[in-house]
Amino acid sequence: MNGSEIGEFIGALLILTGAIASMLSVFGLIRLPDVYTRSHAATKSSTLAVLLTLSGAFVYFLFSEKFISVRLLLGIGFVFLTAPVAGHVIIRAAYRSKVKLADISTQDELYEKIHGKQTGDK
Amino acid sequence: MIAGMLTISVILFALTILVAVIRIILGPSLPDRVVALDVIGVNLIATIAVVSVILNTKAFLEAILILGILSFIGTIAFSKFIERGKIVER
Repeated sequence: MNGSEIGEFIGALLILTGAIASMLSVFGLIRLPDVYTRSHAATKSSTLAVLLTLSGAFVYFLFSEKFISVRLLLGIGFVFLTAPVAGHVIIRAAYRSKVKLADISTQDELYEKIHGKQTGDK
Repeated sequence: MIAGMLTISVILFALTILVAVIRIILGPSLPDRVVALDVIGVNLIATIAVVSVILNTKAFLEAILILGILSFIGTIAFSKFIERGKIVER
């Protein structure tokens, strides 16, 4: 096994790790009780999954064809910048449009600051 | 070995997208569905990368950038629509 095959194996291992992380994050998306915890599961760990996968593809092309893909680097940077921002913005819109919290959550201190004094229908 | 790992990765990403489609169908509110759409966009980016590795070509790598930009703009537009009720304000 020469150096090129070892590099390809490392790339494939990174891709497989990303796929397993993506599967775990989508378990959180289907099991958790309300939209805030679901976004916590979906946004962070699926960002990690796609970053691992794109890094694996970059390493694979680097070792198999000696090709440094600037597009993959740009894609890694762009996803790393925009995926947490998109998650934050959609959850901010959900809270401002009064999507309910889960029934097991006990405290909501931001509600009075934003929506006024009617905390009865939390 | 490497081909088997890549095939398993593609199958796992397909299962991920399938479960996100289930969340889109039965999500109680609109932000649930938008979060699931965001997950589908991000996983499509990763699937395109893996398919490009399997087919051993570099032709699909532009699609990663375009799909990332479109997914981000779609999520921002949906969140403005949920918060204010309209997207383009005059």
